[in-house]
Amino acid sequence: MTTKDLIQLSGLKGKFQKSQWALILALVFFFALTFLIPRYGLLNEYIQLIIIYIGINIIMAVSLNMVNGYMGDFSLGHAGFMLIGAYISSILTVWVFPRNWNPIFTSIILFPIAVTAGGLAAALASLIIAFPSFKTRGDYLALVTLAFNMICVSVVQNIEAIGAGRGFMGMKKLTTMPWVFIWALIAIWVVRNFVYSNLGRGTVSIREDETAAELVGVNTRQVKVLTFVISSFFAGVGGALFAHILQFITPSTFQLQKNVDFLVMIYLGGMGSIGGSILGAVTYTVILELLREALTILGTFPIFASIPSLEVWRWVLAPLLLILLMIYRNKGIMGLREFGFLVPFRDQFGSRFWLKRRELTNANSSN
Amino acid sequence: MSFFFQQLLNALQVGSIYALVSIGYTMVYGVLTMINFAHGDVFMVSSYIAFFSALFLLKIVSQYASFLAFPLTVFATMILTSFLAIIIERLAYKPLRNAPRVSAVITALSVGILLETLTLALIGPEPRQIPPLIPKIVYNFQGASFSFFQILILGVSFLCMVILDFIVYRTKVGMAMRAISFDKTVVPLMGVPIDRIITITFALGAAVAAVGGVIFGSVYSLDPYMGIRIGWWAFIAAVLGGIGNIRGAMIGGLFLGGIEVFVTAYTASSYRDFIAFAILLLFLIFKPTGILGKPQIKKV
Repeated sequence: MTTKDLIQLSGLKGKFQKSQWALILALVFFFALTFLIPRYGLLNEYIQLIIIYIGINIIMAVSLNMVNGYMGDFSLGHAGFMLIGAYISSILTVWVFPRNWNPIFTSIILFPIAVTAGGLAAALASLIIAFPSFKTRGDYLALVTLAFNMICVSVVQNIEAIGAGRGFMGMKKLTTMPWVFIWALIAIWVVRNFVYSNLGRGTVSIREDETAAELVGVNTRQVKVLTFVISSFFAGVGGALFAHILQFITPSTFQLQKNVDFLVMIYLGGMGSIGGSILGAVTYTVILELLREALTILGTFPIFASIPSLEVWRWVLAPLLLILLMIYRNKGIMGLREFGFLVPFRDQFGSRFWLKRRELTNANSSN
Repeated sequence: MSFFFQQLLNALQVGSIYALVSIGYTMVYGVLTMINFAHGDVFMVSSYIAFFSALFLLKIVSQYASFLAFPLTVFATMILTSFLAIIIERLAYKPLRNAPRVSAVITALSVGILLETLTLALIGPEPRQIPPLIPKIVYNFQGASFSFFQILILGVSFLCMVILDFIVYRTKVGMAMRAISFDKTVVPLMGVPIDRIITITFALGAAVAAVGGVIFGSVYSLDPYMGIRIGWWAFIAAVLGGIGNIRGAMIGGLFLGGIEVFVTAYTASSYRDFIAFAILLLFLIFKPTGILGKPQIKKV
């Protein structure tokens, strides 16, 4: 039964079209806003910056969720792929690409190429690491990815040409709000379509029971590698965007701490839910920024002024939040639920259709 | 030759610290099949405990019997660190005993980072060093110089390992530990108090790491982030030796100490992390059971 048949049968055609239009309108509206806000300065620079960080964090969280949430594996190397994307794209924009082009051309043509290249480099690296590491499962994948992350950091720290431990700079501020919006949209779209595709359902079946999945004919090896590679691609994209907003990257930025940030986001939002990852990324970024504000205000009071490390307390939050989440609500905000607009119509209407049919048969039998 | 001998001595010293810390990883993994990522930071905190208790003890003891300062510091640090480990186990890990394994791993990671940030916020980032607890006596042997303290360090850490080995392989508690790592469902039915044994395991691991903490703090300087590097290196040592195997952890620790010292001596010190993690990666891919570990059969 095709999607169209289901929509026809369920008698929800009007609703289907309406929600589709509403989604497109909302996207166009927000996309227009991303141009208007910086152009007319509708929000101050600081809030604009935070919005961009939220966008990047959404890309990172949604892509990490593919491996940790949907596949049920545990990757600790996301920051490593981010590092690869950041460095490759920065090297391209600073050294390889012509720097005297018209800024609009640079932004429209060269920057997406650099970002894609960053993503591809990360994907390639993940491919190299994926094949051996998926022989084993569980803790060992975490360790392999973590070792990979550490190796990435220490390799960059040893290459003098790209600044070693001192960092790499010289990038122009090419990451703009529309670009982050577009990339976040692409990430969400790709992940959503993957998760609800045949391969994606294979991914979820691996999470539930790998042996059983294999027995019903899921090519677990292929599905795992594909999931991992797509996830890493977007980590690389996120890194590239991150490098071109900060305009200064050091290898030590991409340590374990960064991974823990993304972990908090997806576990806060809810594993195995794209909507959850988005919510988690937004909530966590906003909470951290609000806390910074709160601590700055607190610092102006004479009692706290003597404490020099007030700012440090901000970093106590992330791990504490994660521990409490694990103990008291390990499902996060969303659990396994999903926003309606992220679920394909086939799935939404499919269940409604069957429910309706059952209702009808029940009514008939009682008569 | 004397250069080599000197480096070998350094390697033994560093390696014994790694060995002491990696025992904690391997014991907890053996009993709970859980990687206690917070262990490196427990080691860091133990070093700070040693710092403060050394300051405190030197003030009290120095007038009467200065030779007591070192053993008392070690003892106090061991006790306090064990308490810390027990508190962590009770508050953070015990509620998750039946949760998915990923939850436990994330919690352990978070506990580690929480310890780091708390230390950073409460004590501050500036490096510190434990005041000398033993008078400095330097010997010379064929061009290599070593102090009495270095000999003491090696002696204490080997004594620790021997005692631990005795506890695990020759006592009732150790037998219970090994039994739990063998089968977690049947052993409690035989009347083994599993919760108490797990607590003892955490406490023992922390106490041994605390000895490493005192040594590390007396030789090098401490800062809130030192637990990351030492913790990871010790963890690599545990994997190398075959995680879950105590004698393997000791061998792995000494091996990594050798790698650290000789890589630094003959190339550049910035390569050492790369080499250590590359070794970890190679072991995970080609021999995930380590040098002494037995292969595990996955049950369906």
